[in-house]
Amino acid sequence: MASGEALTTSGYIVHHLTNLTVGHGFWTFHLDSLIVSGLLGLFAFLGMAKLASRAAVVGPGKLQTFVEMLVSFIDQQVKDTYHGKSALITPMAVTIFVWVFLMNAMDLIPVDFIPFVLGFAGVHYFKVVPTTDPNLTFGMSLTVFAIMLVMGVKVKGVGGFLHEVFTVPFGAKLAPLNLLFRVIEDVAKPISLALRLFGNMYAGEMVFILIALLGLWQLPLALPWALFHILIITLQAFVFMMLTIVYMSMASESHG
Amino acid sequence: MNINATLIGEAIWFGVFIWITMKYVWPPLAKAMADRQKLIADGLAAGERGKHELELAGKRSADALRDAKAKAAEIIAAAEKRGAQMVEEAKVTAKIEADKVVASAKAEIAQQVEQARAELRGRVADLAVAGAERILKREVDARAHAEMLSALKQEL
Repeated sequence: MASGEALTTSGYIVHHLTNLTVGHGFWTFHLDSLIVSGLLGLFAFLGMAKLASRAAVVGPGKLQTFVEMLVSFIDQQVKDTYHGKSALITPMAVTIFVWVFLMNAMDLIPVDFIPFVLGFAGVHYFKVVPTTDPNLTFGMSLTVFAIMLVMGVKVKGVGGFLHEVFTVPFGAKLAPLNLLFRVIEDVAKPISLALRLFGNMYAGEMVFILIALLGLWQLPLALPWALFHILIITLQAFVFMMLTIVYMSMASESHG
Repeated sequence: MNINATLIGEAIWFGVFIWITMKYVWPPLAKAMADRQKLIADGLAAGERGKHELELAGKRSADALRDAKAKAAEIIAAAEKRGAQMVEEAKVTAKIEADKVVASAKAEIAQQVEQARAELRGRVADLAVAGAERILKREVDARAHAEMLSALKQEL
């Protein structure tokens, strides 16, 4: 708990849900989200890159075996769902799963721990779970959306893509209606993707904060919720990854 | 829920991480796994091949053994036959040789007998002459009586 805050319940909650920011208006940056997500990503992906650079064909180490198991599991998911040929899908799925999982896992750090430590350094606001920041979830889902559109155009060509947009599902006569349907369908994808992850993690974090408000009673409650949350952390990372793969496969196969 | 430029920053992070994974994580790992898969498959295939070859070699060795046994039996039979033949031949040769030796011994004996007889004749003749000399107390002209003496020798 940072100093100088009124020790009210709502003050406590608001304090925990306020980002560390720089800038004004649109050009505001949530430093906490950017730093935590960036560090986690750099740690995970540079670590994996280093490991992959000296990956042993014969006699892989324990860590390599673990990473290979994870990566081949994700690759299997991709192969089951996505039937096109793209060197991007599996790496993207791996990125999503590992990164989202790690960011979600920040939820398991006791809610007061990092604000307490950073309080000594004069940093009063710090949201440690980047996936509770809609900027991150939308940043990811919009990137996925952009890749999805590019892939659709790349696989079907501009003509084929536009043809699909205007003729599916009701045929050429109802082109405006088709377009409307397509826009709604496609716009719903990044929004649902981003809001699902954000909502789950935000709600989970909120429950942690509320539990932390209970004083001594938080001890018997925080543990089961954390255990339960491990499931949500993994599941949400998996769902984000899986839906991305599904969207990519929908984009590269003919519609309807 | 305030959307701001953080979104752009996070999208950049996301892109960077996808790029790292696509360039440096996935390809080497996939290659290592594929290589390992191939290695294992090759090893299993080699094992299978080795087993098959072992089976073949076993069959071949059994064949070779059988052949060798047959050939050995053949050789033994031939050797026995040849041995018997050789013994037979030796017997024949020995018989011939023995006959030859016997014949030559007989001839020699006959010759010696003949020789002894001739010598004896000579001696008897000489003795007869000496006896006659003594009886007659006079010299006998050996040359003059040679004819008579040799006729005498023939009679003996």
